[in-house]
Amino acid sequence: MNTSESSVRDRLCEALREREEEIADRWVRLQLEQAVLSTDMSEHEVREEADLLISALAAGLASDVPVERLVTSRNELRQTVIELSLRRARAGASPTATSMAVLSLKEALLSAVQHTTRDSAELFSAAILVNRLLDAAGVLSFETYVEGREEIIQRQSRQLLEVSTPVVRLWRHVLAVPLIGTLDTARTQVVMESLLQAIQDNEAQVAIIDITGVPAVDTAVAQHLMHTVNAVRLMGADCVISGIRPPIAQTIAQLGIDLSTILTRATLADALAAAIQLTDQPAVGQDAGTARSVTA
Amino acid sequence: MTAPRATGVPILRLGDVLVTGLLNELDDQSAVAFTDELTERIAGDGARGVLIDISRLEIIDSFVARTLMELTTMARLLGARVIVAGMRPAVAITLVELGLQLTGVETALNAEQGLTALGWHRMPRPPGEARRDAPR
Amino acid sequence: MTLHGEWLAGSELIAQRSAPTGAPATSGRTGGRTGTTGAAEPAAPAGGPGGTSRFNVASEEDLLTVRHAVRAATVEAGFGLVDQTRIVTAASELARNAYVHGGGGSLEIEMLTRGGRRGLRLTVRDDGPGIRDLDEALTDGFTTGSGLGHGLGGARRLMHEFQVHSVPGEGTTVVVARWNDR
Repeated sequence: MNTSESSVRDRLCEALREREEEIADRWVRLQLEQAVLSTDMSEHEVREEADLLISALAAGLASDVPVERLVTSRNELRQTVIELSLRRARAGASPTATSMAVLSLKEALLSAVQHTTRDSAELFSAAILVNRLLDAAGVLSFETYVEGREEIIQRQSRQLLEVSTPVVRLWRHVLAVPLIGTLDTARTQVVMESLLQAIQDNEAQVAIIDITGVPAVDTAVAQHLMHTVNAVRLMGADCVISGIRPPIAQTIAQLGIDLSTILTRATLADALAAAIQLTDQPAVGQDAGTARSVTA
Repeated sequence: MTAPRATGVPILRLGDVLVTGLLNELDDQSAVAFTDELTERIAGDGARGVLIDISRLEIIDSFVARTLMELTTMARLLGARVIVAGMRPAVAITLVELGLQLTGVETALNAEQGLTALGWHRMPRPPGEARRDAPR
Repeated sequence: MTLHGEWLAGSELIAQRSAPTGAPATSGRTGGRTGTTGAAEPAAPAGGPGGTSRFNVASEEDLLTVRHAVRAATVEAGFGLVDQTRIVTAASELARNAYVHGGGGSLEIEMLTRGGRRGLRLTVRDDGPGIRDLDEALTDGFTTGSGLGHGLGGARRLMHEFQVHSVPGEGTTVVVARWNDR
């Protein structure tokens, strides 16, 4: 940091301290003018945010952390930017609008500096400094926004998952999960968890996984199915997969996936028949019995 | 092969079947001691079946998995069939993701079903007594 | 202890599996000791000072202690039962590796928060002989001691993030993390 930069920094600090109100007012006005706010936020809330951010900025500038790293390494400042962005993400503002709002603070800051000096060289340095400072804030705001939205999306998809995978009891000691739609890792894990729990709760001996409603099977999905079947077997129950339609059978054959250790049936009805047969087997005197070998 | 009873894990004998269970707090040494003790009992008692209840195990890592697989193999060599019963759902999922299949180990949903598979039945209902075929 | 710095820069960084959100794993952190240093997101309020706690792994009893501590931390971070089991199992594998192959070491538990999600990071260190061939060590079935050789590879599959740094003769550091999807 050279002397001219530190003097510009002092100048900026001074402007922030002395013209805090003015900067906040101007920033709020800019945001309202640019219509970057969503309707969900009142002017009062925006003003509160502005006050918080400006005081965090002032505190940050008064420290000796380099400007580029102020926003990321000053905790208070970072937190303020994050909260501001999250609040807007939840209120439904677009990511562009959110980071534009942060960036429009540049203008408010610079016009405040203009009141304190007329020296164009100094003003130029101040502009660069403000840019470096607030660009980092804009980037952080954008990142936070995206993360915030992602969190919402994840929560929703998780809720959706839980309702979309019912485990039903078809017969005494026989459970079934009809799968509909695309299978991915997250979904398969939810299916697996609820199926295994249901097996324990119902003392089920056979679980049927019906994939009639699954449009396509790739290596990953087949892998997930194998995992589920193996977990069911480890618990001491059996697994039947039904509803493998001709195109899927073809894919499985072409992919060279080995489902040979898995009991499969064409329809759910066939699978149920097979399951009942399995549960009716007298446990005694047969080597397989009710205990299933997990031999691969 | 000295120090019997080092583990404190009870091994009960029901006819030619040995019944035992693993506790969650099993450390590695006790697991090894348990294996030794159980193998000796199988040979000594001439057991034909072994039921190991694992419903209290909150995790199975590769060490415990290996212990179970070794036990099964050793018991088989001594002429006894081992059934591991009562694995918790979360444990089963984790084991599969860990890449462990417990190859060769027979499993049952609970101790009762495991015992049935080993040839034990509920006693036929004595006359006059209430029905006892509710689960558990 | 500058392991983190070295190992982020070094060429031995391998096998990194990112979290569902593509987490920039442990970037910007300096020597992961107690307290949240560097890029400071306040860690989850509970869970010891700075959300970090550290345990020695020097005996079989320590293995049990570590399991308990990790279990308690997963509960605190709000993980579901299956995730709890995954994390405790991974911790058990790694701690056992450090104890059996590394001749003892330490395990550190950190609470994480990012974008409203909570998570847990485990750092397991030992000063043992190190791993000569990491690729081989991550292959299922590879083992130089007891167990099935699923220690490293298995722990990797159970967690969202996985990093291992090992220098022959100087020891091994494994860092794993899992995020709570709920």
